[in-house]
Amino acid sequence: MNYFPDEVIEHVFDFVTSQRDRNAISLVCKSWYKIERYSRQRVFIGNCYAINPERLLGRFPCLRSLTLKGKPHFADFNLVPHEWGGFVQPWIEALARSRLGLEELRLKRMVVTDVSLELLSRSFPNFKSLVLVSCEGFTTDGLASIAANCRHLRDLDLQENEIDDHRGQWLSCFPDTCTTLVTLNFACLEGETNLVALERLVARSPNLKSLKLNRAVPLDALARLMVCAPQIVDLGVGSYENDPDSESYLKLQAAIKKCTSLKRLSGFLEASPHCLSAFHPICHNLTSLNLSYAAEIHGSHLIKLIQHCKKLQRLWILDSIGDKGLAVVASTCKELQELRVFPTDLLGGGNTAVTEDGLVAISAGCPKLHSILYFCQQMTNAALITVAKNCPNFIRFRLCILEPNKPDHVTSQPLDEGFGAIVQACKNLRRLSLSGLLTDQVFQYIGMYATQLEMLSIAFAGDTDKGMLYVLNGCKKMRKLEIRDSPFGDTALLADVNKYQTMRSLWMSSCEVTLGGCKRLAQKAPWLNVEIINENDNNRMEENGHEGRQKVDKLYLYRTVVGTRTDAPPFVWIL
Amino acid sequence: MMGTVELNLRETELCLGLPGGDTAAPVTGNKRGFSETVDLKLNLNNEPANKEGCTTHDVVTNSVSKEKSSSPKDPAKPPAKISRAQVVGWPPVRSYRKNVLVSSQKSEAAAFVKVSMDGAPYLRKVDLKMYKSYDELSNALSNMFSSFTMGKYGGEEGMIDFMNERKLMDLVNSWDYVPSYEDKDGDWMLVGDVPWPMFVDTCKRLRLMKGSDAIGLAPRAMEKCKSRA
Repeated sequence: MNYFPDEVIEHVFDFVTSQRDRNAISLVCKSWYKIERYSRQRVFIGNCYAINPERLLGRFPCLRSLTLKGKPHFADFNLVPHEWGGFVQPWIEALARSRLGLEELRLKRMVVTDVSLELLSRSFPNFKSLVLVSCEGFTTDGLASIAANCRHLRDLDLQENEIDDHRGQWLSCFPDTCTTLVTLNFACLEGETNLVALERLVARSPNLKSLKLNRAVPLDALARLMVCAPQIVDLGVGSYENDPDSESYLKLQAAIKKCTSLKRLSGFLEASPHCLSAFHPICHNLTSLNLSYAAEIHGSHLIKLIQHCKKLQRLWILDSIGDKGLAVVASTCKELQELRVFPTDLLGGGNTAVTEDGLVAISAGCPKLHSILYFCQQMTNAALITVAKNCPNFIRFRLCILEPNKPDHVTSQPLDEGFGAIVQACKNLRRLSLSGLLTDQVFQYIGMYATQLEMLSIAFAGDTDKGMLYVLNGCKKMRKLEIRDSPFGDTALLADVNKYQTMRSLWMSSCEVTLGGCKRLAQKAPWLNVEIINENDNNRMEENGHEGRQKVDKLYLYRTVVGTRTDAPPFVWIL
Repeated sequence: MMGTVELNLRETELCLGLPGGDTAAPVTGNKRGFSETVDLKLNLNNEPANKEGCTTHDVVTNSVSKEKSSSPKDPAKPPAKISRAQVVGWPPVRSYRKNVLVSSQKSEAAAFVKVSMDGAPYLRKVDLKMYKSYDELSNALSNMFSSFTMGKYGGEEGMIDFMNERKLMDLVNSWDYVPSYEDKDGDWMLVGDVPWPMFVDTCKRLRLMKGSDAIGLAPRAMEKCKSRA
């Protein structure tokens, strides 16, 4: 390769798109490092505090697409206070100053403000794609700036964000000259939508492939939209209540039949279930179906819909589908690769919606299944062992038994053996979430067998530090470890400090680690940010010599090349 | 069976657990509790700190409030009844998703349906969620329409008792009214066949049909009675 001119090598590198591969390429030699960095267009930063924008731009001056993640995963479940951090503003300011030709920005769990969005919209003339997932801090005014100023906007994709809806006219801020939209997803907006502006926008967007509507878009508007956009591939239905005005419904039926490219369906935030039959004609094309917000769709209507979906690869559903419904999925959806079953009953009413039987049925019927997230009331080792035998190809296996510490409901044993079978059989397992009654034994299995494991979520599990040590010692590819309410302490935390160099982050909350232990760790590893999050004033962390006994409520540590961050709020103490 | 014995133990709280890891916490406090109560191995010396650390859960409801505070870990404090809903951040469902589901459930706060009675000059509306059973609804309706009924037996017995199948069988020659309802599919059904919660969910409209008009509906009910008798 040394005999090729740089342009040729660069051309070869163009075919290498995976970030990991490109990182590997850059390590081969100085010449490749140089070529790679100038040709790199997409960068993924899994922790926005691991590096800063100046160093990013220093290395990759020709960046076009940036992905940033902010808060740790457990922030999704209210375990991280809102003001903790993850602000995108400094990044956008720095990128704007550098006159970078930024085209895409994808943010997850970050704090985004209207000011940031306005700056973004004005600083990058070629900006094309904005994807915000689980972000917060902005309003529809910010969206209005994006709509108004980004002349070549292709994607505006808002997934599960908390957006203050000012019920303004952000949709009308798209100029009439804007005809380039490919993705428009505003399902998470709670307020009224200007239907006229929306229809006109869709009508002048011939490339629109993905449209996800919010609750405020009624069925008759949906019918009109679909007439304008028969090329749609990905549709999120807003409100789907049956209108006594049956003319809308007939129009909708006719429009849907013409959507022969429709592959992904979601939404139904409000729905009259018996209207689902309008979608039956296109169900045989569907590869993805997300009904996890459709609380009103269950029973026979749901089953009938699923029975038409023979090509389904991804299914997200509520547990009201029941074991019987899952059996129908297992017999119909032979192409299924990813399944998520979410709980409807979040308050502990104890309805036995899905059990281990549903999981076993799916594992038996769907040979291509590789990712599962399953919330259920009960589980047995026998079922998990069967699932492991049926599906050795799992890449992601996340099981959440709703009651913490629940044992095998038949034998009353811990679920160590069941999860042990999973990690032993699934040699490509990269992500695992545990639940139920678990002892140190399960961690011994994980340490022994889960060689490819990169992310592990632990809650209410284990007996002693040995559990955590098994994992830290055994899982060489571990990147993200998150633990809550488990009896792991300083011994495990400090056993192998260098291990954290190979990991992105570690989260421990309501465990046994002490302030003293955290301080010792911070001393030994200056390249780590060791953050103590402590919101309760009564437990104020003080230098009072009793650190060895002062338990830390929340610990979040992560490797970084830029030292302590400067934007931490007062209740975050960085050691 | 072993399983049920242990479950019972847990429920009757016979375990001699530590003050911190006791009572109504089905959560970690009893994590090792029940199998070990059987073995009489109580971990009393073994890391009581563990129990403390694992038992205490933030007794806060799952709201998206920004100022949630964790209750201090104080084993001496009598633990409130901790259901899994009160553990912060559990089940691990995104708060966005929780909010959406809760708000869609709340939106069904009332279930008003029109009630018409054949021959009555005007209709009424009832909120089905106000009642817990067919009996309650039956009483409410008979109160509502008592002035209109011309039943053989006078005002209060003018209404068909939903649960009394024998009365249904007497329909053919009587003036009594048969309660029917329109369901979500638009079909007219006889009241009383499905469990009450399902009825509340599917009923869109109520109609009290004159007995003689209800011949079509009644035979089905009569066959049901026959098959049950």
